[in-house]
This record gives sequence, structure tokens and C-alpha cells, in this order.
Amino acid sequence: MIEKKDIEKLAHLSRIEVSEEEKDVLRKDMESILDYVSQIKEAVSQVLPKEAGELRNVMREDNNPHEKGLYTKEIMDEVPDTENGYVKVKQIL
Amino acid sequence: MPIDLKTLTIKKAHEHLAKGDFSAVELSEAYLKNIEIHNKNINAYLEVFDDAKEQAQKAQKLIETKTGGMLAGIPVAMKDNILIQGKRASSASKILEGYMATYDATVVKKLKVEGAVFLGRTNMDEFAMGGSTENSAFGVTKNPIDTTRVPGGSSGGSAAALAMDGALAALGSDTGGSIRQPAAFCGLVGLKPTYGTVSRYGLMAMASSLDQIGPFGKTVEDAEILFNAIAGHDPMDSTSIPDEMAKRTKGTSEASKKMTIGIPKDILDSPGIDADVLKNFNEGIAKLKSDGYLIKDISLPNMHYALSVYYVIMPAEASANLSRFDGVRYGLSKKGATPFEDYAKTRGEGFGREVRRRILLGAYVLSSGYYDAYYNKAWSLRNLISKDFADVFKEVDVIATPTTPTPAFKLGEKSNDPLAMYLADVFTVPANLIGIPALTVPSGAVDRDGKKIPLGLQFMAPHFREDILFRVGKSSF
Repeated sequence: MIEKKDIEKLAHLSRIEVSEEEKDVLRKDMESILDYVSQIKEAVSQVLPKEAGELRNVMREDNNPHEKGLYTKEIMDEVPDTENGYVKVKQIL
Repeated sequence: MPIDLKTLTIKKAHEHLAKGDFSAVELSEAYLKNIEIHNKNINAYLEVFDDAKEQAQKAQKLIETKTGGMLAGIPVAMKDNILIQGKRASSASKILEGYMATYDATVVKKLKVEGAVFLGRTNMDEFAMGGSTENSAFGVTKNPIDTTRVPGGSSGGSAAALAMDGALAALGSDTGGSIRQPAAFCGLVGLKPTYGTVSRYGLMAMASSLDQIGPFGKTVEDAEILFNAIAGHDPMDSTSIPDEMAKRTKGTSEASKKMTIGIPKDILDSPGIDADVLKNFNEGIAKLKSDGYLIKDISLPNMHYALSVYYVIMPAEASANLSRFDGVRYGLSKKGATPFEDYAKTRGEGFGREVRRRILLGAYVLSSGYYDAYYNKAWSLRNLISKDFADVFKEVDVIATPTTPTPAFKLGEKSNDPLAMYLADVFTVPANLIGIPALTVPSGAVDRDGKKIPLGLQFMAPHFREDILFRVGKSSF
């Protein structure tokens, strides 16, 4: 059973504001979806060991840095709120 | 010469362009004219690029100097979750209001080198979450074949653009069927490539262990040309598979001359599959049999869990991936009294209903009390399903199913019942869970309200065996 307070908790964790009416809709939707996917709980619980595929290094060497500031303008142009070349956010502490 | 868009394919267009029968500019203009006429009603494109003609002029130079590829001058439609530098990209979401892509996706880079012409960006379910393109923040897309029906989704705009002759080729992304289902609903060919064969650098992530970029085409050959153009290892995507590793896994064995097609009978007997779809499927298989293919009944004992496994893993990954949309770095930014309120307001107003639902669902299955029961269990079943398929592929070359359990449904029919919408993915999600390639080809049509509504036939092959899919696809369609 999903309760209203569960929805509120999940919305809080997900940083999503949800209206009162929607809480009820979400509760019903989630319940029907979870009810459906719960069939996996009844599956023969033959838990296979976790396997990694073929191991390989996917990291690049830390060299050949690009010229400083090459992409800064394009990226900063997308930031909603800036001040003197910094991303501006509310005081956290 | 006059351009007949109806019968045009990439290969034919390429030949005409090379011979100079028409120019890349004339070709693009023919499509732009069609978009002008039909897009108002269909809403396949969210934006038509104002530099399309300029791109076509550049492509024409490549054609004249023979420095372009097969796709030089070919008009392409792009799903709105794939980045083209300097163009808007929104994933059909309000949360990316005003966002301009700061770099090219690798697939875009590759198509630019070929000389493809990007006509515009296409509508989709917000963040690729949906199977009808009704979850867009910018209105629904209609199916060009019957405008009372959905084009499928989430890449419904790309499929509709191609089906209304608003482009000659299109790219989409497929996390659980988002290329194959709309392709089937719009009478097109659609391919979900092997996981890791096409770079996802520059694709907005939904569920990273499932997402793949892939092509739509009017013919199998067109889909193959597009796939060859976008495939290949990319150091910018750590999940992209090195070419020699792909080759090694694929093996050197040619598919047997007389190929065997496996039919998962037990799945086809499950309820919820339209009788006409089943009849059409059986006819398609009978045709393949008469063409010399061996048909074999196979058993995939855990496949009926695939949908449930998918609807646990996908929201879990999506809830993590979508945390990047915070209103601080790009897109929509709503202000409250505290930093927390800034996030909650931005995300509450910016994300649509289905996206909010999936993020909450993902947070639920990942929470400490339920992690083992849902997420871990789903992963272990996912491995079990993969093993079943690997076993079956020792006996057959391909597995065939219908692409969808029903033909394209009516607009609004399932929009208030998320679970009913999810069930439409039953045949398509296994390929994503396993990472194998899957192709849908048109398999005829059924009569619905006096209209011929198309259906699709899906083939799945082992990892890296797109070649087998193209071979079977060409002979069945």
C-alpha cells in the first residue's frame, strides 16, 4: 500500500513539488504499477551471481588538456543566473 | 526532373544527386514544402531549422566534388533529445526551455561529415518516456496514416516526419521500443542497434543501461545505410564498444545459408495480443517459411517477466539521470525562498506528469527498504532472461515476434492509464534488457474504421549481428 505520506517523502527526496490533487493521482498510479511489477517477487528466486562483462579501461589518459576557457562562453550562456562569470545560487549555509 | 517523394529512398536519391537529376537544394525544398503543408496538422516537427537551405547548399558542394558520403544532401529529421550545436534541444520538456545545445552529438558529427541536411527537430514523449508522443509539453503528434491515431512513441515525431514525407531519413532513440514501436505504427523500418555500437555522446540520457540511438528508414536498405553511418567506437562514450571487441564478440561465422527463425510460442499465447496482429504475424512467418527459412518453436521461460523488470530498472536509472535538471546550470529556473524550494519548484513545474511519475517510482524502487525486493530482483531476472536468449541463439539465427501487441491506438485511448500504455512495450523491451539488436519491418495492415493501419514484424539477433537482421528483413519486406 502506498500512502500519501510515502508520495510526499518520495517527492521530497526527488526535489519535485507536487500539488495536493496530484498526490492522490500519483498514489493510485504508483500502486497499480507496483502491483504489476511485483510479479517479479514471485519469480523463482534463482539469483545468478553478478557478472561483469569483459573488463577494459574506459578512461582516457589525463593529458592534452584543451585551452582554458575554450568552451566557457557557450556553457555560461546557458546558465540562468550568473554574476561576474560565476553561477549564482542562493546561500546554502 | 520532378522529385517523387513517395517512392524515393536514400539509395535512389543518392544516385539522382550524383547524376545531377536534381540538386540537394531542390531535394530539401521539396521536403520543406511538404512540411509546410502537413506539419500544422501532424505536429511531427517542433522546429524546422532556418538554415536547412544553407546546409543543402553546402551538401551540394560535397556532392559536386565527390567528397561527401552516401548521405550527402539527404534530408534528415532529428529527435529532440539529440544535440546539434547551436540548435535548441528540449526533449519535448518545459524544463529545457530556451536551452541551446553547446556541442554536437557524435551521431550528428558523423552525419555532418557525410553531408546530411538536418531539416528540424522532431516531437517526442517528454524525455523519451512514453509510447504515443502524447506526453510532449508541446502537443501531441498525429499518425499521418490515420490522424485519429497515435504515431507511437517515444520517437513518434521522427516516425511521423518520415511517414508524411517530411524527411527521407530520421534518427530516434530506443530505450524500450521507442524506435521500433513508432516505426511499426507508421509503416516504417526501425532499428535498435546492439548496445554500445552507436555512441550516445550528446543523447539526453533516460535509462543508461538501455538507451540506444538508431535509425528509421522507408526500406531495410535505408536503415542499414544510416546505421553504417552512425555506428562505431567513440572515446567520448565509455559504454561504446571498441570496434575490435565488437568484431571478436560477433565472431567470424557467417550466418548459415538456410537460416532458422525461432518463434516464442508461449509468449504469443498470452492475453492482450490483438487477434488480427497474431494472424498477420502467422502469415508473415508462413511467407518466410515458403521462402526457405526454417521455423522452430522456442521457449523463453522468463520473457514474461521482461516488462516488469524493465519498469523497475528504467525508472530507477531515469530518476538518477534526471537529477541533473536542477534549474542552476541550464534551462528553466524557478525561484523559491530556499535553495531546496528552487529545485522543487523548477522540477515540479518543468517536468511533465509522466516524468514526475517515473522519477518518484525510481526513487521508490531504489529506497533502502525496497531495493532488494525490486531493483536487485529485477537485475537478477534480467540476467536470467539474457541467459535464456543466449541459449536459444545456439539453436536459431533470429527470433521473430510481432513488434507490438496491437495496431496504432486512438489518440487519448491510453493517456490516463499509464499501465495500459506500458503493456504496449511487451515485445520490444527484451532486446533492450539484453542489449541485442532488433529490427522492425512493415508486415502489412489491418482494417480499422475503413483505414489500413500498418503492423510490424520484429526480428532479434545476437549481439553485433545487425547483418543477420538486414538479411532477414530484406527478404521479408
